[in-house]
Amino acid sequence: MKIVVAIKQVPDRDAPIRIASAGKWIEEADLQWAMNEPDAYALEEALQLKEKHGGEVVVVSAGPERVATTIREALAKGADRAIHIVADDLGSRDALGVARLLAAAIQPENPDLVLTGLQSEDMGLGQTGVILAELLRLPHSTLILHVEKTDAGLRVKRELEEGWFQSIEMPLPAVLTMQSGGNKLRYATLMGIKRAKTKELRAVNAAELGAGPAPVVVLEQITLPKKQKSTQILSGSPKEAATALVEKLKTEARVL
Amino acid sequence: MSSILVVQEARRDGSARIFQETLAAGRKLAALTGLPLEAAAVGDPNANIFREITGAPPSAGHAIRHPLLAAYTADGYVLAFEQLIRQLEPRYVLFPHTYQARDFVPRLAARFGQVLIGDVTAIETGPTFERQLFQGRINAAYRHTSDGPCFVSIQNGAFRADEPSGGTMPISEFLPAIEPAQIRIQPSDPFRESAQTVDLGSAQRIVCVGRGIKTADNMPLVEALAGALDAELAASRPICDNGWLPMERQVGSSGQTVAPKLYLAIGISGAIQHLVGMKGSQCIVAVNKDADAPIFEVANYGIVGDLFEVVPALTEAVKAAK
Ligand SMILES: Cc1cc2nc3c(=O)[nH]c(=O)nc-3n(C[C@H](O)[C@H](O)[C@H](O)COP(=O)(O)OP(=O)(O)OC[C@H]3O[C@@H](n4cnc5c(N)ncnc54)[C@H](O)[C@@H]3O)c2cc1C
Ligand SMILES: Nc1ncnc2c1ncn2[C@@H]1O[C@H](COP(=O)(O)O)[C@@H](O)[C@H]1O
Repeated sequence: MKIVVAIKQVPDRDAPIRIASAGKWIEEADLQWAMNEPDAYALEEALQLKEKHGGEVVVVSAGPERVATTIREALAKGADRAIHIVADDLGSRDALGVARLLAAAIQPENPDLVLTGLQSEDMGLGQTGVILAELLRLPHSTLILHVEKTDAGLRVKRELEEGWFQSIEMPLPAVLTMQSGGNKLRYATLMGIKRAKTKELRAVNAAELGAGPAPVVVLEQITLPKKQKSTQILSGSPKEAATALVEKLKTEARVL
Repeated sequence: MSSILVVQEARRDGSARIFQETLAAGRKLAALTGLPLEAAAVGDPNANIFREITGAPPSAGHAIRHPLLAAYTADGYVLAFEQLIRQLEPRYVLFPHTYQARDFVPRLAARFGQVLIGDVTAIETGPTFERQLFQGRINAAYRHTSDGPCFVSIQNGAFRADEPSGGTMPISEFLPAIEPAQIRIQPSDPFRESAQTVDLGSAQRIVCVGRGIKTADNMPLVEALAGALDAELAASRPICDNGWLPMERQVGSSGQTVAPKLYLAIGISGAIQHLVGMKGSQCIVAVNKDADAPIFEVANYGIVGDLFEVVPALTEAVKAAK
């Protein structure tokens, strides 16, 4: 099976998020970056499918120079090769614009299966994979935890709300957006890290993939969330704060 | 381009309220734009979905009917809604932000050269649509800049549903053209993994632990606190994904919904998928080292600090107070 995995680099979860002075985006200068978590699960699923059925795992990522480190990480974990769509202006593209770039890079690969994460931790759009399916004219399913190859195509386990699931049969080729938690993630081995350096990482300029139409949705402004509830913050040493809290829970909130 | 179309999801237990909230969002948008409200759903015109309208009834209802829509598939729904939207030419199409909407609306929108403005929490003059970035740590205002229909989905709990009005709405049937070969995927009926043995829903006190706990070896720390409080132990999704607690103890949109008297969130950031499962709790306490963590927005009491220091102190304080 030839599997393409779309991987996005996002700010590390613990990185402090500060709004840049123009109020249009965050300060990116001192951020640390990581692989979007659901994409790590998508990669894991792809690697396991390859181990079972043979084939190739190709990583695609769009973003500036820095995303190469995340691509190398994917190669170190076992992806065979990668395509880096070099783009400094992702922020000015909407989801359709980003999906068009990814589709243009993926189409010539003719993959059997395309995996994306269900949602990015920074933009949280939860759309790119589904739009990709439309652009590639392939069937899709979302929120997938497990993928099993069958004679007719795939059987996948889809998450529904409140602890329910559903199983879906679908033909190949197809696009799936992967939910976190379906597998245990592997670490890159030392050997893997060494080997990654020799693997193919092809850089394509976004401009070569064709300029998309203007975005239909624009981000006008970002702000810090407004507090809705007045939260009483208990200060002091851990011991003082804990004692004060228990007192409040007893006498004020009356829940102890 | 003359109306606001609010779409209801085919009946699922508990889906009425989020539809009513989406209707309320539609009314807000109607007030800002002067456009009339219409409603649509897949199903029988006599189905409950069209009776669960609260507030002033929309000017028209559209019942989409086709045997191939009996089970939800993205293929079927995209085709059906594409045809309805081409006929009605609404200016805005609003959906509740459910798993179903996430599954097919981005594809539907792309067919119109549009993108979904998803998981919207507020609609303001402009109109601008607010949604969260960075897992709730940033708010963003978006504007639609094209002539095509604008697709929006509304976050669970973001708008307050109106009171039932008893008004009625004229309903017409819409019969889309769909061929069996156009439905490429075959879904099974929903199932649950295993019988639930813990009922967090009726627990009076819950200690809920998140990724701040770092490793499985640290779990006894929160177990001790839960023990001292006589509380059930629960967790955010990543903890259950890692297998540190069974999935039946997960709180949130893909886990359980709880409303105890006391809810302690330990090392939990407060992503929306977590908040929807616990914000009905009577008293919420958050312990987090990040003073800007979104969990503090819903907490009654908070301690900003390192949970590895605060939790043992809290366990001691609870024991001392007994
Ligand atoms: C479709 C979908 C469904 C989902 N369903 C659910 C669901 O049902 N339930 C759920 O919980 N999530 C769900 N999620 C995931 C959700 O989006 C978040 O990723 C998740 O809730 C984050 O868990 P967390 O708060 O434990 O971890 P993080 O977001 O990583 O937060 C960890 C927190 O711990 C704090 N911290 C770190 N170290 C310390 C320390 N030493 N002392 C004190 N504080 C510390 C940090 O400041 C941070 O705020 C779902 C996501 C999707 C897309
Ligand atoms: N710039 C990108 N490069 C590669 N993949 C991406 C990019 N943006 C989004 N994706 C993929 O699309 C998924 C959903 O992203 P989003 O629609 O932004 O929530 C991610 O989990 C990735 O798999």
